[in-house]
Amino acid sequence: MEQLKDKLESSFILFENDLNGQAKTPIHKIRQKAFKTFEEKGFPTKRNEEWKYTNLNPILKHDYRIFQKGDNAIDFKDVKRYFLSDMDTYKLVFVDGVFSSWLSETTHDRFDVCTFNSMMAKNPQLLEEYFNKALPAEESLAAINTAFAREGAFIRIKKGQTADKPVEMVFFTTRQDKEVMMQPRNLVVVEENAEVQIVERHQSLSELPVLTNVATEIFAHKASRLFYYKVQNDNLQASLIDSTSVIQQEKSNVTIGTFSFGNKFIRNNLNIFLQGEHTETNMDGITIIGDGQLCDHHTLVDHKIPNCLSNELYKGIYDGSAHGVFNGKVMVHPHAQKTNAFQENNNILLTDKASIDTKPQLEIYADDVQCSHGCTIGQLDEDALFYLQSRGIPEKEGKALLLYAFANDGLRNVKIQELRKKLNRQIAHKLGVNLDFEL
Amino acid sequence: MSEEQLLQEVTGSEYKYGFYTNIESDKAPPGLNEEIIRFISAKKNEPEWMTDWRLDAFRKWEKMKEPNWANVNYSSPDFQAISYYAAPKKKKQLDSLDEVDPELLKTFEKLGISLDEQKRLSGVAMDVVVDSVSVKTTFKEKLSELGIIFCSISEAIQEHPDLVRKYLGTVVPKSDNFYAALNSAVFTDGSFCYIPKGVRCPMELSTYFRINEAGTGQFERTLLIADEASYVSYLEGCTAPMRDENQLHAAVVELIALDDAEIKYSTVQNWYPGDKNGKGGVYNFVTKRGICERNAKISWTQVETGSAVTWKYPSCILKGENSVGEFYSVAVTNNYQQADTGTKMIHLGKNTKSTIISKGICAGKSNGSYRGLVKIGPRAENARNFSQCDSLLMGSSCGSHTFPYIETKNKTAKVEHEATTSKIGEDQIFYCNQRGIGEEEAIALIVNGYCKDVLNQLPMEFAVEAQKLLAISLEGSVG
Repeated sequence: MEQLKDKLESSFILFENDLNGQAKTPIHKIRQKAFKTFEEKGFPTKRNEEWKYTNLNPILKHDYRIFQKGDNAIDFKDVKRYFLSDMDTYKLVFVDGVFSSWLSETTHDRFDVCTFNSMMAKNPQLLEEYFNKALPAEESLAAINTAFAREGAFIRIKKGQTADKPVEMVFFTTRQDKEVMMQPRNLVVVEENAEVQIVERHQSLSELPVLTNVATEIFAHKASRLFYYKVQNDNLQASLIDSTSVIQQEKSNVTIGTFSFGNKFIRNNLNIFLQGEHTETNMDGITIIGDGQLCDHHTLVDHKIPNCLSNELYKGIYDGSAHGVFNGKVMVHPHAQKTNAFQENNNILLTDKASIDTKPQLEIYADDVQCSHGCTIGQLDEDALFYLQSRGIPEKEGKALLLYAFANDGLRNVKIQELRKKLNRQIAHKLGVNLDFEL
Repeated sequence: MSEEQLLQEVTGSEYKYGFYTNIESDKAPPGLNEEIIRFISAKKNEPEWMTDWRLDAFRKWEKMKEPNWANVNYSSPDFQAISYYAAPKKKKQLDSLDEVDPELLKTFEKLGISLDEQKRLSGVAMDVVVDSVSVKTTFKEKLSELGIIFCSISEAIQEHPDLVRKYLGTVVPKSDNFYAALNSAVFTDGSFCYIPKGVRCPMELSTYFRINEAGTGQFERTLLIADEASYVSYLEGCTAPMRDENQLHAAVVELIALDDAEIKYSTVQNWYPGDKNGKGGVYNFVTKRGICERNAKISWTQVETGSAVTWKYPSCILKGENSVGEFYSVAVTNNYQQADTGTKMIHLGKNTKSTIISKGICAGKSNGSYRGLVKIGPRAENARNFSQCDSLLMGSSCGSHTFPYIETKNKTAKVEHEATTSKIGEDQIFYCNQRGIGEEEAIALIVNGYCKDVLNQLPMEFAVEAQKLLAISLEGSVG
C-alpha cells in the first residue's frame, strides 16, 4: 500500500515535468490540490466506515506501472466481441490509455463525442466549467484520478439534440510485461433538453493484474435525458475502482445501470447530487459473481431539493467464495420536502463460502417525504423449482431459469436492444446454461 | 387548530419527573483513578477477586478511546469531574418498607410507584436503585421460597459469589467497549437475578433506577441468569431530576438464557431529556446483551422517551440451536434529544430466528437513528431474520436515520429488512375528522396504532405506564 503511494508520489512529479507549459494552467492547480488530498488521506483502509467490508490491500500490493508506453495496436477482429454487434454506434476506444482513432468513430457535428485531451486543447473554458466540479473532494481514490487526469472520453450533447446512436466507450489494456494501473477520466455533459445513451466498458487483454481507477463526471442539465450503462465483465486478473458523480438539474432524467459479472475486484462509488426540482433518477444493478471475486457497490443519492424522485434496485447472485457488498445511502436534507426515494437490494447466496454485507442507509431531515428501503437475502423458492422439474426442466436449468428471472428486473431500464441481448447472454453464460430465448 | 399549533402543543410539554429529593447521601470525591475504585470496592466490602476484576477493567478502560461513530453530537463528559459513588445514607439492611427513609418513599410516590401499593396490588417484585445503591428489594422472601434469587448485585457478590463469578462479564466482557469497561470498573450497584431450573417466575421482577444526586453518574450492572427451562419477565424503569448539567448513565445488562429458558426484558427509559433548549439531560450510554443457549429465547422490549443522548443497542447472541431473539422498540425524541439505538442479532446456531421491530418518532429538533446489525455466521443453517424499522416525523426540523448492517455468510439464511419514513398523512387526519374525531385525538389514535406492535409486547402494568409516558413526551397526542 505504502509502496504504491510512494510510487504515485514520484510519478506525479514526473507527470508535472512532462506537462511543459501546462503546469501553470488553472487545471493543473486542481490536479495539485487533488494530489495533496491523496497525500494527506492515503488509500482508505478498513477502519474507514465506507470501506468496512472491502479490503484494498490485496489489489494495492502489486508494483503497478503508472505510465504506459501506448504504442501497442490491436486488431478490430480480435476485440470485436467487446463491442455491441449488429448496430451502429459512436465509438471512443482507448488502447493502454491512448486514444485509438483507428478503432473509434467520433463526431463534432451536432454534438461532441471526442476525447478529454482534445477537449482540453480546444475548449479550455468547458474544462474550467466542469472539471472536478461533481466528484466529492474528500474521496482519495477519485482524487488520484483527478491528479493524473489527462485522457478519457468527452461527450457533450448540445442543447435540444438527441444523439442519433448510442456512444460506446471501451478502454483496452493490451498484453503487458508488467502489472499496470490505468486512470481514465471521463466527462459527460448533457445540455438542456438533450438526450444520449452511453455504454462504458473496461477490458484487459493482459494476463497480469490490471488496476483501473476510473472517474467519470456527469452533468445533466435542465430537462435532459441520460442513459448510462456500465458493463463490468473483465478478466479475473483485473480490478476496477469506479468513481462516478452525477449532477442533475431540474427535470432531468438519469438512468445508471451497473452490470457486474467479471473482475477480481470491483468497487463502484456512484454519487448522485440533485440540484434542481422534479428530477428523476434510476439506478439499477445486477451482480453475478463467483469464486474469488468481490463486488462492492456504494451509492449515494443526495436529495437537497424538494420534489425529486429516486429509485434504486440492485440484485445480486453470489456463487463460490464470492463476496458482495452493498451500501446504499439516501440523504434527504431539510427543505427537500416531497422527496420520494426508494431503494431495494435483493441477494441470493448459492454457497456457504459466499458472503454478502449490505447496509441500506437512510438519513432523513425533512418530514413530508416518502422513503423506503427493502433488503432481502434468501434462496430460490423450492416449490417453483419443483414446478419446473415436474415439467421436464432439469434441476440445473430450472435453477438457472429462476436465477435469471430473479436478476432480470435489473434490466428494466436498458433501452438499447443490442445491449439487452448482450447482457442476457452474459447472464446466461455466468449462470452456466444456454438460455435460448430473449425477454 | 392548525397543524403548527398542534405540533407546538404536542412538543411543548415539560418533564414531569424532574424533582430532587433531599436525602442525605454519602458521596465519593469526583474523579477516577485506582484509589477511587479501591474506595468503591472497600465501601461495598467486596472480596478481593472483585476488586481485582474492577482494576483490570479500569486498566483496560484507560487504554480505550471514547467512541464517536454514533450519529449523535454532544460535548463529551469529563470523566474526572464525575463522582463515582453516591449512596443515600443509612445504608443498613432493610427488611420491611417501614424502615425505608420516608423522604425516599415520598420520591417513589411522586414517581407514581408507591412501593407499598406495588407490593399489595400488583404483585411486582421490585429492586429500587437510587443514585448508585440499591435501596429496597420487595417480595424477596416470597421469591426465595421458589429458589429465585432476586437482590442487589452487591448483595449477590457477598452471598452468591460463585454465581456472580461464573457469569459476570461473560456476555459483555470488560473490554467490550469504552462505556462497558468504565462500568465494569466503577459499577456500584444494580440487580442480580437467578431463576433456578424449571421454575417459572410467578411475578414480574422489576428494577427502578433513579439518579438523585448532582454531579454523579449512575453505573449500574444487571446480571440475570435463567437456568434451564425457566422463565422470567423483567422490567426496568428510570428517571432523574432536572438539572442543567449533563449527567452520565452508563449501565451494563447481561442476560443469560440457558437451554430452553426464556427471558423477557422490558425497559421504560425516561431519564431527564434536557429542557426545551437542549440544556441538561442525561447521557444514556448503555450496553445490553443476552446470550441464548439451545431452544432459549430472549425478548427485549423498550420504550425510550427520555435522555438527552441515547446510545443503546440491546443485543442477542443466538448461540444455541433453535434459539430466538426479539427486539421491540419505540424511541421517541423531542426538542433537542438525540437517540442512536437499535439492536444486534448475532446468529451462530442452527435454526435461529430473530425479529426486529423498531418504531421511531421524532419531533421538535430531535434526531433519531436506528442502527442495527444482523449477522448470520457460516454455521447458522436456516437462520431467519425479519427486520422492520419505521420512522414517523413530526415537524420539519427533526431527522430520522437508519443504518442497518446485514452480514450473511450462510446460503440458507433468509433475511428481510424493510424501512419506511413518513409523517402522519393529512388524508389520515382528514379521514378521522370526517368521522367526528378531533385533530388531536386523531394524532393520538395514529401514534398509538403506529406503536401498537411494540406496546403489545409490554407486560400489562408497564404498557399503561408506557402509554402515559408517550403521552407526556408528545403531550396531547396519546390518550
